[in-house]
Amino acid sequence: MMPKLRAKQLRNAAFYVMVVLMAALTLLPFLFMLSSSFKGSEAIRTIPIRWIPERPTLEGYIRVFNMPGFSFGRASLNSLFLALATTLVQVLSACMAAFVFAKLPFRGSDKLFGLYLATMMIPGTVTMVPNYIILRIMGLLDSYTGLILPALANAFGVFLMRQAMITVPDSYLESAMLDGASLYRVFFVILLPMVAPTFFTLVLLAFMGAWNSYLWPLIVLTSTGKQTLQVVLGNMNSMYRNNEHVLMAGAVLTILPILLVYVLSQCRVDSGIALGGLK
Amino acid sequence: MYLPNANTRRTATAVFLAPSLIGVAVFCLLPIAMSFYYSFMDYDLLAGSMDFLGLKNFARILTGREFPQVLLHTLTYLGLYLPLILLCSLGQALLLNRSFRGRAVLRTVFYTPVITSWVAAAVVWTWVLSGHYGLMNQALSLFGIKGPAWLSSRVWAMPGIVITAVWKDTGYYALMVLAALKSIDPALYEAAGIDGAGGARKFFSITLPLLTPTLFLLVVINVIYGLQVFDSVLIMTDGGPGGATTVFLERIYKYAFRQYKMGMASAYSWILFIIILAFTLLQFRLQKRWVNYDA
Repeated sequence: MMPKLRAKQLRNAAFYVMVVLMAALTLLPFLFMLSSSFKGSEAIRTIPIRWIPERPTLEGYIRVFNMPGFSFGRASLNSLFLALATTLVQVLSACMAAFVFAKLPFRGSDKLFGLYLATMMIPGTVTMVPNYIILRIMGLLDSYTGLILPALANAFGVFLMRQAMITVPDSYLESAMLDGASLYRVFFVILLPMVAPTFFTLVLLAFMGAWNSYLWPLIVLTSTGKQTLQVVLGNMNSMYRNNEHVLMAGAVLTILPILLVYVLSQCRVDSGIALGGLK
Repeated sequence: MYLPNANTRRTATAVFLAPSLIGVAVFCLLPIAMSFYYSFMDYDLLAGSMDFLGLKNFARILTGREFPQVLLHTLTYLGLYLPLILLCSLGQALLLNRSFRGRAVLRTVFYTPVITSWVAAAVVWTWVLSGHYGLMNQALSLFGIKGPAWLSSRVWAMPGIVITAVWKDTGYYALMVLAALKSIDPALYEAAGIDGAGGARKFFSITLPLLTPTLFLLVVINVIYGLQVFDSVLIMTDGGPGGATTVFLERIYKYAFRQYKMGMASAYSWILFIIILAFTLLQFRLQKRWVNYDA
């Protein structure tokens, strides 16, 4: 009996060692960031690392909000507005199209759906350059409308929502219509609430994607007043090469909001991603 | 779904489909056609000139000195990233597959790098990888290893980017592996246990073979994304030092938006697309050799 118990304990110990190791590898860069952000430019350069700053200072944060040339606060508001607007456009258009594919099929709709799926395979690289030129022709460069509009094309969202809507029985929707509800009412008041978990998953994926996106805003928005948080942080990286505490303060402020959103909604995203299995 | 009025149905279909369909047509299908057209042109956006070149863009790229370098760097990234990401996400998923106190917290912890933006991750890791005072080299020195000045070294810049990418992406792919682990029938393990199989035997004879479809998916997805590595490179090294980390998307970005050579950029992205397509097709060819589909 004894050796068996011993072996089990040993295995358990090994398991917890692995857990702690993996968690530490994941978290240490964040702690390093957090710790550096509360130090001065001298104090960040110590060997060994002082995890708790000797003289904690907000200098990094103050400098982030007083950068010459561009405003971090303004960029945060820009990012928030853009993320919300992009999410709205992307989710609404995807849900509406998914409704047609799931509940109002027409001749050739399955072929059209196949075309949607095929567009998911085209790398963003190929469409990036012409999309820029299309916005240029439309006169929408350096505008939020131009930045948001391509979000209308979201094959993944359509796919995700269609799979959910197809599981809702037609009879629910039809009986509501017999009671006199319009099709639009049925869509918003009956169908969407019935696919709420998938809907919120898509909302979160869209919001996180929009908040974190870098390349597209970098290309489209040129005036500094319109730039997003990610672009500003990217610019800071080359300007503050030797003031890492300022950079780390900027990184903390960029990560915190999305981390908050994630933690508040955690269960829903996780299950949804496992379900979707795609970025 | 049945609608009594055919007219209502037609109108509703049009209204509901329009935003998405216009979006796909204007920002997805039209760009593909345009990009194809531009790839045969000498299109200077600043000068506004467009001249037909035929296949000269492609010839210039494929015969230039830059292309083999770019291909080599991208494949180096992929070659380092792929085994590491598979191993790490498998490891993380195995840890999360056991029930223990604090598992929910651990899941959140593992997922934090995923929700962090690439810009923030790259900014943080530039500091983590800095030569003297960075976390990485201070940690290595605990084991008596003198770490390189990662991002300013021609040799170590790419591994530095790879480590960052693995740190950032593991939590995401671990969830996919975890979902696959959960779908394995526990009866298989019980039966193997009765037959006297140990932990290692169970892992290699049951878990791993049944995971191969998911691992295959992971390889396919990661090759597609890996060949398009960009944000990390642009922020951490900008293709340097001395061009040691130039990759496809970084080149395309610079041709298009630093030099405004839209034709060259388009041709480059089609070459990349063909490389991605070739890799993907090749993997589907090879999958019979290692992927197990009989559950």
